Amino acid sequence: MFRNVAELVKLAESKGCKISDIMIEQEMEVTGRSREEILAQMDKNLKVMEDAVERGITEDVKSHSGLTGGDAKLLQAYMKSGKSLSGELMMDAVSKAMATNEVNAAMGTICATPTAGSAGVVPGVLFALREKLNPTREQMLAFLFTSGAFGFVVANNASISGAAGGCQAEVGSATGMAAAAVVELAGGTPSQCAEAMAIALKNMLGLVCDPVAGLVEVPCVKRNAMGASNAIVAADMALAGIKSRIPCDEVIDAMFKIGQNMPSALRETAEGGLAATPTGRKLAEKIFGMPLKAQEENR
Amino acid sequence: MKYKSVFDIIGPVMIGPSSSHTAGAARIGRVARHLFGRKPKYANISFYGSFAKTYRGHGTDVAIVGGILDFDTFDTRIVNALTIAKEEGIAIKMTEEDAVTDHPNTAKIVLGDDQGQLELVGISIGGGKIEITELNGFELKLSGNHPALLVVHNDRYGAIAGVANILAKYQINIGHMEVSRKEKGEEALMVIEVDQNIDQSILDELEGLPIVQQVVKIHE
Repeated sequence: MFRNVAELVKLAESKGCKISDIMIEQEMEVTGRSREEILAQMDKNLKVMEDAVERGITEDVKSHSGLTGGDAKLLQAYMKSGKSLSGELMMDAVSKAMATNEVNAAMGTICATPTAGSAGVVPGVLFALREKLNPTREQMLAFLFTSGAFGFVVANNASISGAAGGCQAEVGSATGMAAAAVVELAGGTPSQCAEAMAIALKNMLGLVCDPVAGLVEVPCVKRNAMGASNAIVAADMALAGIKSRIPCDEVIDAMFKIGQNMPSALRETAEGGLAATPTGRKLAEKIFGMPLKAQEENR
Repeated sequence: MKYKSVFDIIGPVMIGPSSSHTAGAARIGRVARHLFGRKPKYANISFYGSFAKTYRGHGTDVAIVGGILDFDTFDTRIVNALTIAKEEGIAIKMTEEDAVTDHPNTAKIVLGDDQGQLELVGISIGGGKIEITELNGFELKLSGNHPALLVVHNDRYGAIAGVANILAKYQINIGHMEVSRKEKGEEALMVIEVDQNIDQSILDELEGLPIVQQVVKIHE
């Protein structure tokens, strides 16, 4: 069983296989289930992701609070107009990430990757790459297993909870996971996967969890958008041969320690950051008809 | 390691908006329901930390009640759980607590009816994964990921051997086991995670041991 990214990469290299193969093998060992059963379960999760993306970019999704919904559709239309500055792949990934989180905010059905608040990044990137790289269904499943392998290391050595480690632990982790999986899908090596994860996560360090009104909407939806774009850029950098000066495992450890030092107001309590801005507070009052207790105390 | 499966990371499939505050809360509620073993007449729920501050925004309230109604994380009935609980005659009380707990996402659930009461403390550690940390005053660590046996027994020599012998007789493998007690020589609790679901006849046999007071099982 691998305990960190270094071991994961070494295992894949020594066996001459992909990160996703190592994850599948480990899952077989730990659960005693067959390869077919494990792939079938992942296929179900992939279908849930696919449905959520499709819903978000075609339907008029609106959350109960009215704070989010419809932006993924806007971005798809803009992308198709051909005027996009950052390019079609980027716009597609970003809009599909937002689509997932808009569906999530509307209490729709999603697959947590690794959490619900950060559920947009991995599928957003995957379904945008589907258009560009035409992967097989099996390669798409491999993308999720590779994401899962890196997320597994973060979850066990640091945290994937915003309440414990801030947004860096959620969207940050998802971004690193997606970056690593992009590298594998694009034909990169296991060590390049680790470099991409390190580069992506480094750029998410310190990101706080400050949801307006305590809802997984503002700024969560747009943070997933930025996570998706960050993942693709980090993957491109790693594929170009750029290495992270700080090894991936040490970046994960730094993320964990930063999370421990983060004040509680910035860890999913809706007491600080954007949640505590005048507009953030006004929105909270409007939605709940009265100020949250935490906001009264902060005044 | 807290997370053992890739599906702890890529999963669960769930109703939004938060894996820790919605899916995790539903799972804590569901474990409480399974341990209680029947529909309760009342459910008193206390939220701590981030749960207390943001439960309305995250749908933690509907999710935990959904769990108490035995709904899974992806059951769309979660959205209407409060109404459904009312229709089913379950009195729900929710409290925001100020006390600082070890984990920011902590909930205490008290379920009860005319026959008895159960008190459980659960934490949601991220990505929908949960741990039960307290049951009727006993400290424990239960993930709810595997079928498990909870055995209330007298804190005396031979209790563990007695239970283990019966399980061995039926070729039931123990994956994880913990013993805790309130005070030396008093009531104690054995938590045994196993690989398969256990027949009622085996539970009866365990309960027949003179040293054992009560046996409860939870399914996967």
